[in-house]
Amino acid sequence: MINGISIYEILTITTIIFFIGVYGFLTRKNLITMLLSIELILNASAVNFVVINTYLFPENLQGVFFSIFIIAIAAAETALAVAIIINLYKLVTSVEVEDTETMKY
Amino acid sequence: MTLESFLLMRQELVLLAVILLLVIGEIFSNNKKGLLNFAIGLFVVHTVIGFLPMQEGTVFGGMFRSTSLIHLFKNVLNVGVLIILLQSADWIKEKVVPENKSTEFFILMFSSLLGMYYMISAGDFLMFYLGLELSALPVAALVAYETTKRKSAEAGIKFILSAALASGTSLFGVSLLYATTGTIHFEEVAAIISYSNLSLLGFIFFFTGLAFKISLVPFHFWTADVYEGAPIGIASYLSVISKGAAVMILMIVLFTVMKPFDIVTHNMLYIVSLATMFVGNLFALRQQNMKRFLAFSSIAQAGFILLGIMSNDQLGVATVVYFVGIYVFTNLAAFGVVQSISLQTGKENIDDYNGLYRTNPKLSLVMMLALFSLAGIPPVAGFFGKFFLFTAAASQGMYLLVFLAVVNVTISLYYYLLVIRAMFLRKSKTAIPYFDNKIYMKLGLVIAVVGILFIGLYSPIYDYIFEISKL
Repeated sequence: MINGISIYEILTITTIIFFIGVYGFLTRKNLITMLLSIELILNASAVNFVVINTYLFPENLQGVFFSIFIIAIAAAETALAVAIIINLYKLVTSVEVEDTETMKY
Repeated sequence: MTLESFLLMRQELVLLAVILLLVIGEIFSNNKKGLLNFAIGLFVVHTVIGFLPMQEGTVFGGMFRSTSLIHLFKNVLNVGVLIILLQSADWIKEKVVPENKSTEFFILMFSSLLGMYYMISAGDFLMFYLGLELSALPVAALVAYETTKRKSAEAGIKFILSAALASGTSLFGVSLLYATTGTIHFEEVAAIISYSNLSLLGFIFFFTGLAFKISLVPFHFWTADVYEGAPIGIASYLSVISKGAAVMILMIVLFTVMKPFDIVTHNMLYIVSLATMFVGNLFALRQQNMKRFLAFSSIAQAGFILLGIMSNDQLGVATVVYFVGIYVFTNLAAFGVVQSISLQTGKENIDDYNGLYRTNPKLSLVMMLALFSLAGIPPVAGFFGKFFLFTAAASQGMYLLVFLAVVNVTISLYYYLLVIRAMFLRKSKTAIPYFDNKIYMKLGLVIAVVGILFIGLYSPIYDYIFEISKL
């Protein structure tokens, strides 16, 4: 808990971060930045869990534990996505969405 | 905790043992082709052990639960994966073994199956999320498995990015649900949760992640591309196993946890189901590639499954499980034929199938049976599956929806018959020449066909499912 800052401010910020992530995912044309947007989404949820736990339900630690798992899984996800992107880069020498797309409709 | 309650996780433990044995086998063996037989043999043992009866109960303070229905569902998934392994065996032998990465294929696939076990057995949101990710990440690696093929890499990146977005959204929804209830256990959430704007938002975000896995319509864009680019065995895995497990957990969560949202759920599923059926069927009409064709057909089938989920009672649960069981065998038969032809000749378009009956009558018959079952023509199992689904929906008074679903069945019949016409009526000078399938592929197709015929005609199966259909 932080003195002088209520849960409303923090939840507002995490929600804004979440939607920045969604917006970035939908508009960005580069695979790496799309991956960054997904990280924003996951981190917004992780902060959400910690904040809700400490402010509203401090008697047990479910939210904090959940956020630890989220961080671990986010790392695994990023590693796998970067591996696939590197392989794609070897084949197309580009990480732009427009250059990689061949299959449509 | 006693050993007895620990053994409720028998399926998971045996599968974990299989994975570890494969790792050890990879280290100590010199004969990589032998490992293929070793892996399939181990999985057969696992499948057989799975059919032994098991108790009901919960472990780890309710995080992991097992009921007869979940146990049965795991067995269905096992049989499905076994068929996929048999059908992919030749592909693995020809393409994967020379690159010396066949064991990873099995380890990834079994890990993903393990994730699905944990997902459908989940008793709280943490377990659910871990299962969801464990089932999705290895599949992404498998989709991008043919590292020299451009399409495979493209499909892989599409799958991992959209899967991550969907699960991230779902996670944000879970955090909102946690904010309203203060707990992540399904049972406690069900007791506390009430209708409010925040919990409703959380519920809808949560639904997104599962809708992505089932490829319901607003979230279906990845499906056709991924199926086309992925190795065919993995495409069938995605369309059958992954979808089936997601349907099961969606049903459990909707019925047990999200009770206060009954009306919202009903309206939402109504619209999503209609959109899924129409989009799937109408897009399937214009496909030329068999994999894309089956992808859109599987989207349409997901729309039919929602009909059963909407009816929200014992009948609904039983029909959905029954339909998924039939769908596993049916779709795998169709994918098996596509895979065997693609492996032998590299052809995947519907036009390439012209005159197939004259050269390969057995394969054409299997394909015909599978397509008839997908369309729901009476003597085969697919008809009974659809019939029960429509009965369950009609018993809730959703006559308009059932009518529109029947319209969709008619549309689907048209494009399934296009393939059958190509195989049986069209003639072609460049028809695919006769070839003989290897033993594993034959076995895979035979099990699928026996499943299609047996489940439809042997009614005690449905009675048994109905009896144990409590969530």
